[in-house]
Amino acid sequence: MTGQAILSARGLSRDFRGFRAVDAVDLDIAPDSVHALVGPNGAGKTTLFNLLTGFLRPTAGRIELNGRDVTGLPPERVARLGVARSFQITSLFPQLCAREHVELALQSPSGLGWRFWRSAKLMSRYADRADELLDMVGLAELAEAPAEALAYGRKRALELAIALALDPKVLLLDEPTAGMGLEDVDRTVELIGRVRAGRTVVMVEHNMSVVGRLADTVTVLQAGRVLVEGPYQQVRADERVITAYLGATDAAH
Amino acid sequence: MTSTVDTSSSPAATVPSGLATVARAPRWLRYALLAVGLAVALWLPNGLYPAVAVDILCWALFAVAIDLLLGFTGLMSFGHAAFWGTSAYATGLVAIHAGVPFPVAVLAGALVAAVLAVPLGYLAVKRTGIYFAMVTLAFAQMIYYIANKWGSLTGGENGLQSVPRELFGLDLRDEYYFYYAALPIVLLGLAAAWRIVNSPFGRVLVGIRDNPARARALGYPVHRYKLTAFVLSAFLAGLGGGLFVMGHRFVSLDALHWTTSGKAVIVVVLGGIGTLWGGVLGAAILVRLEDWLSYSGFETIGLVTGGIFVLVVLLFRRGIWGSVAALAQRWRASRRR
Repeated sequence: MTGQAILSARGLSRDFRGFRAVDAVDLDIAPDSVHALVGPNGAGKTTLFNLLTGFLRPTAGRIELNGRDVTGLPPERVARLGVARSFQITSLFPQLCAREHVELALQSPSGLGWRFWRSAKLMSRYADRADELLDMVGLAELAEAPAEALAYGRKRALELAIALALDPKVLLLDEPTAGMGLEDVDRTVELIGRVRAGRTVVMVEHNMSVVGRLADTVTVLQAGRVLVEGPYQQVRADERVITAYLGATDAAH
Repeated sequence: MTSTVDTSSSPAATVPSGLATVARAPRWLRYALLAVGLAVALWLPNGLYPAVAVDILCWALFAVAIDLLLGFTGLMSFGHAAFWGTSAYATGLVAIHAGVPFPVAVLAGALVAAVLAVPLGYLAVKRTGIYFAMVTLAFAQMIYYIANKWGSLTGGENGLQSVPRELFGLDLRDEYYFYYAALPIVLLGLAAAWRIVNSPFGRVLVGIRDNPARARALGYPVHRYKLTAFVLSAFLAGLGGGLFVMGHRFVSLDALHWTTSGKAVIVVVLGGIGTLWGGVLGAAILVRLEDWLSYSGFETIGLVTGGIFVLVVLLFRRGIWGSVAALAQRWRASRRR
């Protein structure tokens, strides 16, 4: 299985002061699939994301990207290897405008960022591509608005545009539709459906209808462990998943 | 040209830092301010005691160096006297022993400061906030004690005396002429700082300042960017320190003392963090004020400058430049409606 997975984890664990947030997780993400991570709050989904992207170092275990050991690499190296992520809590540069965000992301793989002796106007070489990406996520009209002035749903869209600007092989989305209205959710689902072509998407998502519409494979986490894994329909019907979601207290009564 | 981002029509109610504010100033205003600045720089030693004018130049460079880190990278160095002072000693030693033209000695001093900044910065940028400030302070104190103990090189308590001020046999004994000899170096240093801030590199720095985690997720090696900014800042501080030695023709341990680091930070806060030119203004005001107070026989200068500092922090958090820029912007915005 490991041989064909684009991203895989073996025995991945992470402790926080004695509390095991992620516990011996094995995960295989198939290339060109949409893989959803679901589970109740505190199941370790975001911690797992942070481990996979280098923002946290695992206490134990191993992470492989295309068969290459990437365990313990810093986030910027993981990003350079083609793994882009969005953040659960919107994470932007408040004073830069939307287009500058995307330009900054587009510039990243080039060496231009080091040119302290050149004019920042050189970054306008990315302006056309940046506008394309902004248009794609429905932000064309707001290209020059500072990020801090954007409404919540628009900020989430900008997060997506930045991640896409890196043209990643693996796109990790942490709750891409959290806090969105129905219309924005539909738009985001449609967008993810479009951009998944030729890449792998891993997403943490609470909205089961979104998971159902997008995910090829669903992994259910509970208390840091993998509870169930499989296609959406199968996972949805699983007794253990229903218990985990409805809560042990209900089941006990 | 069309790529210049004009966000003035955006609904942003708050414009927190100077970067955005300066970028939003209309072109004619920026050129007008540049012209006024150059005119003042050319006139300065005619209106002030020339030695004070030279000090202002040096502190302006120092302040801009600090602001590059504090305002544009989000790093508060409380130990920049290490680079100002190290360059001061290196410049003095090169001038005394090599007899080269003074700009060469100053450049050599600044390079020594930049080289020193590589290991110190490498260790310091692993920390942020108050810990970064404390680490830089600790390093600066170490340099201070080394300079104090290494008397055979630095002259210890006596410092380096009668540093020669040589420029192709020109007579620069008069501070008035030295000011004009030093001015081009300072202007080059300020222009370099402006270019750094307004470069692709500068954009990345601002990104790192505002959201380091996001910058890393975009693939930017944050520590290496911070280190590069630190070294560039040390070089600019070193230029200032080297010229300061040439202006005074001696180096004392004061150049490495922590109060020198503190004064540089005060100058930037006074002028406006993240405004670049605010530091130049802050330097001019503080140096002039200190000179005036000491000339008037006032003995507790720190009481006055400290009081002004407290007032500015409490009433004008953006500093002088930042507050004026914010006012001007509000005025323009209200006129447009």
